[in-house]
Amino acid sequence: MTDTTTNAPADRARTTELTPIGRFLKATEIDTRMLGMVGALLLIWIGLQVISSLRLGVNPFEFDSRTFLTFRNLWNLSVQASAVAIMATGMVLVIVMRNIDLSVGSAEGLIGMVMGFAQVHFLVRTVGLELGNPWIWALALAIGIALGLVIGALQGFVIAYMEVPAFIVTLGGLLIWRGAAWWVTSGQTIAPLDATFQLMGGGPQGAIGATWSWIVGLVACLAVVLALLNGRQQRKRFKFPLRPLWAEAFLGAVTCGVILGAIWIANSYPWPIGIVRRYAEANGITIPEGGLFIAHGIAIPVLIAVAVGIVMTFVTNRTRFGRYVFAIGGNPEAANLAGINTRWITMKVFMIMGVLAAISAAVSSARLNSATNSLGTLDELLVIAAAVIGGTSLAGGAGTVAGAMLGALLMQSLQSGMVLLNIDTPLQNIVVGLVLVVAVWLDTLYRKRV
Amino acid sequence: MEQTRIPLVDLKNISIAFGGIRAVDDASVDLYPGEVVALLGHNGAGKSTLIKILSGAYKRDSGAIFVRGEEAQISNPRDAKKYGIETIYQTLALADNVDAAANLFLGREIMTAYGTLDDVAMEAEARKVMGRLNPRFQRFKEPVSKLSGGQRQSVAIARAILFNARILIMDEPTAALGPQETAQVGELVKQLKADGIGIFLISHDIHDVFDLADRVCVMKNGQVVGTARTQDVTKDEVLGMIILGKCPPGAIPGPGAMQIAA
Ligand SMILES: Nc1ncnc2c1ncn2[C@@H]1O[C@H](COP(=O)(O)OP(=O)(O)OP(=O)(O)O)[C@@H](O)[C@H]1O
Ligand SMILES: [Mg+2]
Repeated sequence: MTDTTTNAPADRARTTELTPIGRFLKATEIDTRMLGMVGALLLIWIGLQVISSLRLGVNPFEFDSRTFLTFRNLWNLSVQASAVAIMATGMVLVIVMRNIDLSVGSAEGLIGMVMGFAQVHFLVRTVGLELGNPWIWALALAIGIALGLVIGALQGFVIAYMEVPAFIVTLGGLLIWRGAAWWVTSGQTIAPLDATFQLMGGGPQGAIGATWSWIVGLVACLAVVLALLNGRQQRKRFKFPLRPLWAEAFLGAVTCGVILGAIWIANSYPWPIGIVRRYAEANGITIPEGGLFIAHGIAIPVLIAVAVGIVMTFVTNRTRFGRYVFAIGGNPEAANLAGINTRWITMKVFMIMGVLAAISAAVSSARLNSATNSLGTLDELLVIAAAVIGGTSLAGGAGTVAGAMLGALLMQSLQSGMVLLNIDTPLQNIVVGLVLVVAVWLDTLYRKRV
Repeated sequence: MEQTRIPLVDLKNISIAFGGIRAVDDASVDLYPGEVVALLGHNGAGKSTLIKILSGAYKRDSGAIFVRGEEAQISNPRDAKKYGIETIYQTLALADNVDAAANLFLGREIMTAYGTLDDVAMEAEARKVMGRLNPRFQRFKEPVSKLSGGQRQSVAIARAILFNARILIMDEPTAALGPQETAQVGELVKQLKADGIGIFLISHDIHDVFDLADRVCVMKNGQVVGTARTQDVTKDEVLGMIILGKCPPGAIPGPGAMQIAA
């Protein structure tokens, strides 16, 4: 075999001249689309801050507890975005494969009801566990995840092996699972939930506190540095061109900065006074003059969402399964001819979606401390919108997990901001609808240029 | 002499119909190691369909496939690959949204010790094999949708030769290639032939075919008109087979040969 790669000229059209910004982006290999999304998010945040300040007649650049950019608001935002963000990571895979899942909101509702029923009735009355037994939350969650898996497998089977279009199967699912949610308790709300289970929903108890938050942040920064080093090592192994050192340092610094910044925000939001007082009494602490500052730290639902995001990113980028999902989305026929079992992959994607719906059901019912049969209503639309705003192409074959999670955060920011501004619900819906259409239009323009 | 050797591939009485159309009708053709057999015929003659049955893309209605004398069970593309059958499809069959290396290794990825994709190793291998075919190709980071038609074809060819094929099916492999790249594929065919690989070559370029092929097999309306060694027939006779279905004396007639009115 002759190796002629080395001295042949590249068959590339002459590259266009790069501006300094272009050179910078090329050196750092930053995804400009993602950068645009972060920019849009910041723009929305600043816009909401300015509007909310002007309405109150205060300076938007001075801290005021009633405006948009407060520690409390950002912390709540992160918690509220978690459920949709978790499901959006799976919707990316579904849409990449040229399918859709309209049933996730209803599946979330049914699974939430079943988990609620399990922890309050079934595990206590039928199985005979004591109220407050630490196994209850784990068993309830396991039951929920198993149910999600079954729902996903069922829908996936009909879609992949019986060849009924996903749109129809999951539209059926939307009705079926919502109806089934009602049947669990004939429509009765289940509340309150198990105390340990509730931690998955956030709140002062459902956050890990300042110390642990910093530890998590430092571990994350360490992981970022190691990942960059490993990437460099890999490229060296085959003598591929390396990123300039300054670009690596820049990427590392910015990523760690964002991580630590987010943790600083979470650690700057204190427990409410009432809870601090109760906590102090229970632990025999005397509250000093000026109050006791106990930080929330990262909320557990946010940790769950981030963990899901990391796992799903790994699955899409680094495993065979993820590669096949994208190949099938790009050209199903080619994937089949390459020997990929496209049906089984399709079914697995829907199974993952079902599991994620179960995790979201746990997070959102825990946050509300109740299971109602309307849990997750319209979530399918928010989840699809988050994935699409995050750059997932409905034509299939393109999308990122991180983009979808950012999309979820963006939508939640808009929604929370509008609630803060006392905008009535109909107008909120109009704004969200417009944003969705404009975001996808901008994305279309972007794809034409790049 | 050939009767004593075992053919690498023997397709026997293959038929398949799509709805009412008999795309391939009782077609038989064989292939020996180190041999190039050209499949010829007008558009819609059934060439691609016949080889897609061999590559596992279609399931035949009847007939049998023998590989090295033993009946082969081929019911999907994975089965065919197990027999060392690699295919360059007329449609190229590339996943447009992923890069060249991902396409080359699609379904047979190189994994790291931790069970994750080893993209760097795959790219290194991709650079090697592409260097053999199209040394000027450098766009390894882009999805193949951004490549030119010929570059895409090079990727499809590279994929077929990457995994030590024993039997290679090339369905119009040079249709989109420039003269230099076409010549390179011609060289490649000779090289693979010397390695004892059997090749089915589908092409509409009769000059190419006469340069490279040992035998030609002409199809018309799904049937085999006839099979001939290239040295026993002229180009004009082969054209007559393709256009009229007229089997010359140097060829072995098949079921599709024009019946000479008595
Ligand atoms: N998937 C299919 N469904 C229905 N009909 C098909 C299918 N594939 C091929 N055919 C029909 O079978 C016949 C043979 O097609 P085939 O693609 O094998 O022709 P070909 O000899 O490769 O032609 P070309 O030189 O144009 O590539 C045609 O009439 C075609 O319309
Ligand atoms: Mg063809």
